[in-house]
Amino acid sequence: MPRKARIPIPVGSSVIDSNLEQAYKMRRISYVQAINETLHQMLESDTRVFVIGQGVTSPWYVGTTTVGLIDQFGIERMIDTPVSENGITGVAVGAALAGMRPVLVHPRMDFMYYAMDQIANHAANWHYMFGGQLSVPITIWGIINRGGEQAAQHSQALQAMFAHIPGLKVVMPSTPYDAKGLLVASIKDDNPVVYIDDRWLYEYEGEVPEELYSVPIGKGILKKEGKDVTVVATSYMVYEATEAAEILKKEGTDVEVIDLRSLKPLDENLIFNSVKKTGRLVIADGGWKTCGIAAEISARVAESNIFKRLKAPIMRVSLPDAPAPASSALEEVYYPKAQDIILAIKKIVKV
Amino acid sequence: MNEKHSDTVVTRTVTDISSVNLRAMYVTMLRIRKFEERVAELVSQKEVICPCHLYIGQEAVATGVCSAIRRDDYVFSTHRSHGHYIAKGGDIKALMAELYGRATGCSRGRGGSMHLASPDMGLPGSSAIVAGTIPLAVGAALAFSIQKKDSVSVAFFGDGAVSEGVWYESLNFASLNKLPVIFICENNLYSTHMPIAACLAETNIYKKADAFNMPGVRVDGNDVIAVFKAATKAIKDARYGKGPVLIECMTYRWRGHVGPSDDLDKGLRSKEELDYWTKRCPIRMFEEFLIRRGILSESEKIQIYTDIEKETEETITFAKESPYPDPGGLLSHRFKS
Repeated sequence: MPRKARIPIPVGSSVIDSNLEQAYKMRRISYVQAINETLHQMLESDTRVFVIGQGVTSPWYVGTTTVGLIDQFGIERMIDTPVSENGITGVAVGAALAGMRPVLVHPRMDFMYYAMDQIANHAANWHYMFGGQLSVPITIWGIINRGGEQAAQHSQALQAMFAHIPGLKVVMPSTPYDAKGLLVASIKDDNPVVYIDDRWLYEYEGEVPEELYSVPIGKGILKKEGKDVTVVATSYMVYEATEAAEILKKEGTDVEVIDLRSLKPLDENLIFNSVKKTGRLVIADGGWKTCGIAAEISARVAESNIFKRLKAPIMRVSLPDAPAPASSALEEVYYPKAQDIILAIKKIVKV
Repeated sequence: MNEKHSDTVVTRTVTDISSVNLRAMYVTMLRIRKFEERVAELVSQKEVICPCHLYIGQEAVATGVCSAIRRDDYVFSTHRSHGHYIAKGGDIKALMAELYGRATGCSRGRGGSMHLASPDMGLPGSSAIVAGTIPLAVGAALAFSIQKKDSVSVAFFGDGAVSEGVWYESLNFASLNKLPVIFICENNLYSTHMPIAACLAETNIYKKADAFNMPGVRVDGNDVIAVFKAATKAIKDARYGKGPVLIECMTYRWRGHVGPSDDLDKGLRSKEELDYWTKRCPIRMFEEFLIRRGILSESEKIQIYTDIEKETEETITFAKESPYPDPGGLLSHRFKS
C-alpha cells in the first residue's frame, strides 16, 4: 500500500488535555504504535476483548497496528478472517451479544458497504429495538486509505454515513494521544462505536502516556486559540487546518482550530462557544461535501441562536461530489489541503 | 410445491425420551398454535397492528429444537419469531403485550412482532432482515468457544434466507472454526410469495452443507420427534467440539407470508397443496401418537386444551390492561449508558 508522497508538517505535542494527569509516563510514539500498544494493553487487561477482521495476523495489512499481537494472544483472540465483511461483522456483533468486547477491523472502509446490514440494521438497532435489554459493545474500526492513486474503491472516507445512523457513535482521532484514548474509550463503551482512522496519520508522532487512559467520546478539543475565525476539523484535516492557521498567523489572521475527535455525539458546545467568539466558521472534513459532517455542523449552527452571531457565511472545505480519481494529477486537486482552507478563510475574513 | 414426503405419522423409536418430555413438547406445540390462531383473529380485527408472520403449521420445528437445548443455549430468530420465542420459554404475556405495542411487552413496545427478546431465557433477539441473525448465532458460538463455555447457539431461518450471501459467509466461517452452532432451516417451501424452485437452483438445501464440509440432514419438520432427535444429535456434537450442523426441516406454513390470510384467493398456491399439508398437521399427528402410546389420555388432552385457551386469553387481558409506552421515552434506549 503506497503511502502518500506529500509531507505536511506534524504539529508535534500541541495537544493539551486537561484530563491528563502529570503522573502519566509520557513518551513520544507514532500513531500506529499508539494503536498497537492499546490493543496489547486492552487484550491483556480484559479477557472479553478480541480482535477480528481481515488481515489482523498479517504484518502489513492493517499498517503494522497488529504486530506482535498474534504471538502474545494467539489465534483465539486474534482472528484473521476470509473476505466476508457482512458475515464477519455479524459474527462480531453476535459475540458482543454473548458477553465479548470485539474490536472488528475493516482495513479498507470501502468494503464496509458490504457490512452495512450488520452495522446499520443489527448493531445500531439492537439496544433500542429490544427496549434497552441488550447492547452491542463493539468497536468497528474502519481505515481510510486515500491517495496513492488508489482510485474510487480503495480511498473512501465514510464517516458521514455512519454518523447518520441512530445507535452508532463515531470517533476520528487525529493524534497518537487520541488514537489511544479513544480506542480505549470505544472498547469500554457499551455501544457500537465506529472508530475511523486514516493511513495518512499512521507515522505522525506525539506524546502518549504509557498507561491506559480514556479520551471521552463526544468531546472535541481546542487545538489552537484564535479570535478571527473558527476552523472545525476532523481527522487528518486537523493537520491541514493547523498548517493553514500557522501560515495565516504571519499574515495577521488569528485562526482558532478545533479538533472534533467525535462526530457522534457531536460536541456542539465547543463549536458554539468558539463561533460565538469569532463569528466566523470554516469546517474542514475529508468526506464528501453533500450531506456530510460539514453540512451537519453548518445546519446545527444555523438552527441555533449562534446564527445571529455569524459575521459571514459558513464555509465548507471537503471533498467535491465526485468519486476519487486515480491519477495523481487529479488527486492533487481532489483532496483538500491547507491552501483550500486558507482560501475559504480569506473569503470570509477581511484582512 | 412438489416436495412430497412419505406420509409418516410419528413412528420413530421414542424409548429414550421421557413421557414428561413428550407431553411438554405437545403442550408447547399447542401453546404456539393457540397463541397464533388468536393473533390471526386479533390482526383481522385490527386489535393488533404490527405485521405478524404466523407460525401455524411449523410448530414441530421450534418445539423439537428448543426441547433439545438448555436454557443457557442461545436461540436467534427471524421475522417469524413467535414460535421460537414460546418454545425457548419466553413469557407469552410479554409477547402478546409486545404485539399490542405496550410498555410491558418483551421489547418494551420498541420491537413489535418481528423483534422479540428474552435475554434470561437465551433469546438475544430476532431480526426482520432475512438471514440477518445467522452470523449473530455464529458470533455467539465464537464467544462461547473463546469463553470455554459448553453452550451452543441455534440459528433459525427459512428457505428464503438461503438465497442471501451472508448465509454462505456464516456457514463457511462456522465450519472453518468448528463453532458450536446449529443451523435450522425451516423449509416451508416459500420465500414470501416465491416458490422455492423459483428461488434456488438447488432446492435440496441440506446438500449445500457439503460445500462447507459440514454435515447436512433433512428431516420431516412436521414430526416433532424427528426434529428433536436430529437436533439432539447435532447439539451434542456441536457442544463437544465437532462443529456445526445444518438441519433442513421440511414443513409448511398454513397462512400466507404475513398476516392471517391463507393466500389461496391470491393464487399464490393451490387448495390441494394446502390440504395435503393440513392433513399432515404436526400437532394432530403427535397427539394421535401420544394417545396411541398411552402417554396422553383423552381427559388429559381436554384439560391441556382448556388450560392453554385460558392462558392465551389471559395474555390478551394482560396486554390490553397494560399501559402504552410513555411518549416522553421516545428517545430513551438509543444508547446504553
